[in-house]
Amino acid sequence: MDAVMLSRIQFGLAAGFHFLFPPLTLGLTLIILVLETRYLHSDDGLYKKISTFLIKILALVFVMGTATGVVLEFSFGTNWAAYSRMVGDIFGSPLAAEGVFAFFMESVFLGVLVFGRNKVSKRVYWLSAFLVFFGAHMSGLWIIIANSWMQTPAGFKIDQGRAVLTDFLAAMFNDSTHLRFVHVVIGGWITGSLFVAGVSSWYILKKRDLASAKPLLSLALWVFISASLVQLAAGHLHSEQVAKTQPEKLATYEALWETTNGAPMSMIGIPDPDRKITHFEISIPKLLSFGIYLDPNAKVQGLNEFRKEDLPPIVITYLSYHFMVLLGFLFIAMSLIALFLKYRQKLYEAKWYLYALLFALPLPFASNLLGWMAAEIGRQPWAVYRVLRTADAASTVVPAWQILFTIIAFSVIYMLIFAVFLKLLIKIVKKGPEKVTLGYAED
Amino acid sequence: METLQILQTIWFFLIGFLFVGYSMLDGFDLGIGTMLPFMAKNKSEETAIISTIGPVWDGNEVWIITAGGALFAAFPHVYATVFSGFYLALMLVLFALIFRAVSLEFWSMDAGRRHVWKWSFAVGSFLPALLFGVALGNLIAGIPLNDKMEFTGSFFTLLRPFPLSIGLLGLSAILLQGCAYGILKTGGGIQDRFRHAAKKIWIAFIFCLALSASLSAVYLPQQLNNPLCWIFTALILALQISYRVTIDTKHETLLFVFSSLSFACLWALIGTIQFPYLARATGGPEFSLSVYNASSTETTLWVMLIIALVGMPFVIGYTAYVYKIFRGKVNQ
Repeated sequence: MDAVMLSRIQFGLAAGFHFLFPPLTLGLTLIILVLETRYLHSDDGLYKKISTFLIKILALVFVMGTATGVVLEFSFGTNWAAYSRMVGDIFGSPLAAEGVFAFFMESVFLGVLVFGRNKVSKRVYWLSAFLVFFGAHMSGLWIIIANSWMQTPAGFKIDQGRAVLTDFLAAMFNDSTHLRFVHVVIGGWITGSLFVAGVSSWYILKKRDLASAKPLLSLALWVFISASLVQLAAGHLHSEQVAKTQPEKLATYEALWETTNGAPMSMIGIPDPDRKITHFEISIPKLLSFGIYLDPNAKVQGLNEFRKEDLPPIVITYLSYHFMVLLGFLFIAMSLIALFLKYRQKLYEAKWYLYALLFALPLPFASNLLGWMAAEIGRQPWAVYRVLRTADAASTVVPAWQILFTIIAFSVIYMLIFAVFLKLLIKIVKKGPEKVTLGYAED
Repeated sequence: METLQILQTIWFFLIGFLFVGYSMLDGFDLGIGTMLPFMAKNKSEETAIISTIGPVWDGNEVWIITAGGALFAAFPHVYATVFSGFYLALMLVLFALIFRAVSLEFWSMDAGRRHVWKWSFAVGSFLPALLFGVALGNLIAGIPLNDKMEFTGSFFTLLRPFPLSIGLLGLSAILLQGCAYGILKTGGGIQDRFRHAAKKIWIAFIFCLALSASLSAVYLPQQLNNPLCWIFTALILALQISYRVTIDTKHETLLFVFSSLSFACLWALIGTIQFPYLARATGGPEFSLSVYNASSTETTLWVMLIIALVGMPFVIGYTAYVYKIFRGKVNQ
């Protein structure tokens, strides 16, 4: 295998593993902020106890995100040197800004959350919770800015083979930044809220820590319901933007082979790129055209209009996108059931639903990864859309065997720390809100 | 000078500033981490030593993440050349940083395997503390580069005597910083051990300084005529002598200040030797990466300067505030 392919595999593994953690961080910091706000206003120790429990989990999730995030920053230099040279003038700034405006804040005040409960006033503690929440979301914003520039580059010109910045704001807030940011953040809220709901359900099913678990489940479900429903709109707007700014990507998502007036929306099927047909396809006529242009007969570009070498891998992109959407609708269905059970005041008795929440806990992680795959694999063959091909982006001086070696090393290390992470996460959950303490005092 | 050149020069100093911040702050927790297994006699001492850095190490590490981002943004060619050229060495640093990042959290919760995570934190601290200096030493001594700014050496190119001596110098400076912080934050037997260690490491530091100074006479003979180099070297020596005589006194904060200032002067010395080069080439100055041929455009340097000037005062402000929250000795 050549060095480019190996670097892609390594970056895919490293980014995919990393992306398990930041969305959970986003959701957890939101719920912690809500709990701390209630504690600040009500002085009710229950909120403090639940929040402390979640901060313990956040600290563990956060270090996993940090450990795996540094790898990605370094990777642009180590494995993608040609990319760094060509687009560093634009791509480096958001990474630096992420450190200055977001990651410092998040890391420094997380220290206060974990170790400072008895050292600062309630107001300062609340402020720390807010700044961790804010820092985490700003961190997401700058990373999404950088990534969105790769999707829909703007604010630059090509000068002697390098992309140079001409308009900073246009580059940062390009066609896809705001929609992708909203989409990813809401994905994070779904992840965090379903995580918390799943854990609370487990306590209720086990009939333990009920005083904490019931209010926590209720709060988590409100976040989950709101986020899942808003995601429908956010996801739709994002697809609409993709249709307009990256037509071949949308055609891949829909496996739309021919340019069509009144294009159908593909529900499910198996695309066959060789024969240019989709097997076993179920589709809704004219819905795609209507969805994008609010006109059932509008024209949508098909895959056949593009050169084969400019198209992404079709099957995996199509399936990633469709399974992500499927999970999105599953979350909406679960939200509607939650609303119904809440209305009937039977939430805590509905065992089957509590089991469903528990078993659904991993699903948002899957939908985040699928969405990320749809976005990134769907951008191929480009590293920067229509500016730089992935094949031309890799380092030329790193021999393939060295990359193979580091892929093996990363895999071993990541499996090891993931196993320990899961073990400790389960340990915290088993200990429960009643017994969990922050800092190094325990054991 | 044109605006672009002024900006390029400013960014040389700002990157230097981020490295100084990293050395002073993460320097002490790298030092504490490296010495942890040797300083703690029992579990409660281990907890006490880790408590000195627990609330702050994570924020400290952001200095290198930000410095990396700033280097990427301001001097993308340096980022590309050095990171891809030093691939295996940097990957080793990354593996160390991964273990380091998770170790303390794992240590605090994984009661049965505390010794494992203690050692992984120690090794994860030791390797970056040593290897960052080796990398820097290579950029000073010069690395083989071709006319496309690509590294043409191998892993073993990096292991020449001068870079290794800079690696040891950096390691000993980091350990001195760790000792100063340990003395400041602990008392009793632990503090005595940090004092004892500081005296021994001090001798090692002076030896490494002499060694790398002698080697630099071979690698960088032209610098012998540079008065600034002599001034900064003299300052480092003066601060180190002050450090040595302060170890056994009750002026614990002052000791930390001496150590930090000495680190800053070390960077000033390196900056003096290097400017305007970021990575020297062995094949001659025309192949070297300087602030002039490796930088981003004027627009980007402006934008970055605004980001730094707006953002960094807040960072320094709230970092200082949080250090104030956690001031004083840890419970033992």
